[in-house]
Amino acid sequence: MSDRPFTAASFDLFLGEGRLMATRCTGCATLHLPPRAICPTCFGESLEWVETSGRGTLAAFTAIAIGPAAMQAAGYGRDNPYCSGIVALEEGVTISALILGVDARRPENIHIGQRLVVGFEPITGRTVLAFRPA
Amino acid sequence: MPKIHRLARGVAVVGAGMSAFGVFAQKSSRDLFVEAFKDLRASVDQGLDPACIESLFIGNFSSDLFEHQGHLAPHLADAVGLTPRPATRVEDACASGGVALRQGVMAIAAGLADVVLVGGAERMTRLPTAEVTDTLATAGDTLFETPAGFTFPGFYAAMASAYMHQYGMKAEHLMHVAVKNHNNGAVNPKAQFGQTIADWMQGRITSARQKNKPVPAWADVLDFLHDEAANPTIAWPLRLFDCSPITDGAACLLLVAAERAGEFTDHPLHLIGSGQASDAPLHDRVSLTGLRAAQAAAHEAYRMAGVGPADVRIAEVHDCFTIAEVIATEDLGFFAPGTGYGMAEDGVTARDGARPINTSGGLKSKGHPVGASGVAQAVEVWKQLRGEAGARQVPGDVSLALTHNVGGTGNTAVVHIFERRA
Repeated sequence: MSDRPFTAASFDLFLGEGRLMATRCTGCATLHLPPRAICPTCFGESLEWVETSGRGTLAAFTAIAIGPAAMQAAGYGRDNPYCSGIVALEEGVTISALILGVDARRPENIHIGQRLVVGFEPITGRTVLAFRPA
Repeated sequence: MPKIHRLARGVAVVGAGMSAFGVFAQKSSRDLFVEAFKDLRASVDQGLDPACIESLFIGNFSSDLFEHQGHLAPHLADAVGLTPRPATRVEDACASGGVALRQGVMAIAAGLADVVLVGGAERMTRLPTAEVTDTLATAGDTLFETPAGFTFPGFYAAMASAYMHQYGMKAEHLMHVAVKNHNNGAVNPKAQFGQTIADWMQGRITSARQKNKPVPAWADVLDFLHDEAANPTIAWPLRLFDCSPITDGAACLLLVAAERAGEFTDHPLHLIGSGQASDAPLHDRVSLTGLRAAQAAAHEAYRMAGVGPADVRIAEVHDCFTIAEVIATEDLGFFAPGTGYGMAEDGVTARDGARPINTSGGLKSKGHPVGASGVAQAVEVWKQLRGEAGARQVPGDVSLALTHNVGGTGNTAVVHIFERRA
């Protein structure tokens, strides 16, 4: 599907193209997200890129008031918190992502298990993985 | 079952010391380490001639970023006059100190040295808070976690969200952990916060009166902790008082081959169990409500020591955030999964409870100079097991203790078990 190397740089390049890509071990069929160059299940070194469905549910989250410099530069802070979460995709793999389209000022209204769909968000000069309510 | 590994020869702790923990604008990590070393020297019952020390292992997370000083270990060795002995810096984020201790144990058990100085040091407050946050975040996965906006309070807050969802814990349960650890820190003269949260609240009320400002009407400590103005949210559900502070500090331990302990003291601690493990980033874990690395490290340490969780009288656990203490006490087998969150409120983990946790005040109240914390945990154990903890001494016979030190979000965990036999 793609002969790009199994690196974070390739993953980011895919994100910029609007694709959330995982790797799959051609030996034992285990799916990996983030992508990997060696399969931790069978130690196999033969992998392939696979596009994910981009659909999943929220597994854990937080609403952050004091963010890192990059998020502060993007306008987030005490008066404008943002939501970071861990998303479990339908395929059974999980990934850290920004959670947009939810009210981070009212975290009690954000729910573990709620359905999400992938988005690609330009933040501080790069495309960042994000999910929004489905 | 994997093979049970044992130390090839016994290792004992015969001295322990620490600097004051706090904010010290004029002290480098070198100054803090010298302070800890002098405190250790005074703790050796039969006196210490530093010339007998053969090797140093120093836990330090990021002197490079915190104080623009790399290659810290030989500089610390030199500051206490110990060059040309080998001096090695050990880095596993906030578990650096605990892992340095394990390296010292390994050096003695392997027969490469009889007398080892284990240290930990971190000077954090030189940087503004935002840069400290960014520096700590480098212990996470900067490729796949940092772009999602995660900070360290954020990671542990996400774990708390999963724990609350699974077990029904409320944010208020975590407040009781903070109250308990500040109660302990208030009677630790080396702690960054020598105040209970009640003292803290009263200080705010007194200050408001003196300045003729509106006097807050908090009914009690929990009311104070629920007040967003007094205890702001950092990363929901964690608030300021759920987070350990930014701290300058150092600690050190003197380890010797057990057969030589008598040259230093009649009351050594025997290091009977050591375990360490690693794990993937938080999003790549089987569970978000327990740390697999901590469970594995504890398992290894218990098997080596031939003891179980029920035998451990006191423990210093890695409470970088209140939720981390709850999860730690479950990972260590003290409480069943999903039941640890009520133990502070019920008094079980208090100094006079059935299972005292973090009698030093923990990272939460004693302070968390990250590379020093794992070593400072053992300093508390040294005092408690020898009956030298003063106002915070746990009552009764305390002969077995455990330390639990975590790096990152549980990417590293290291557990040690100590026993006093005389």
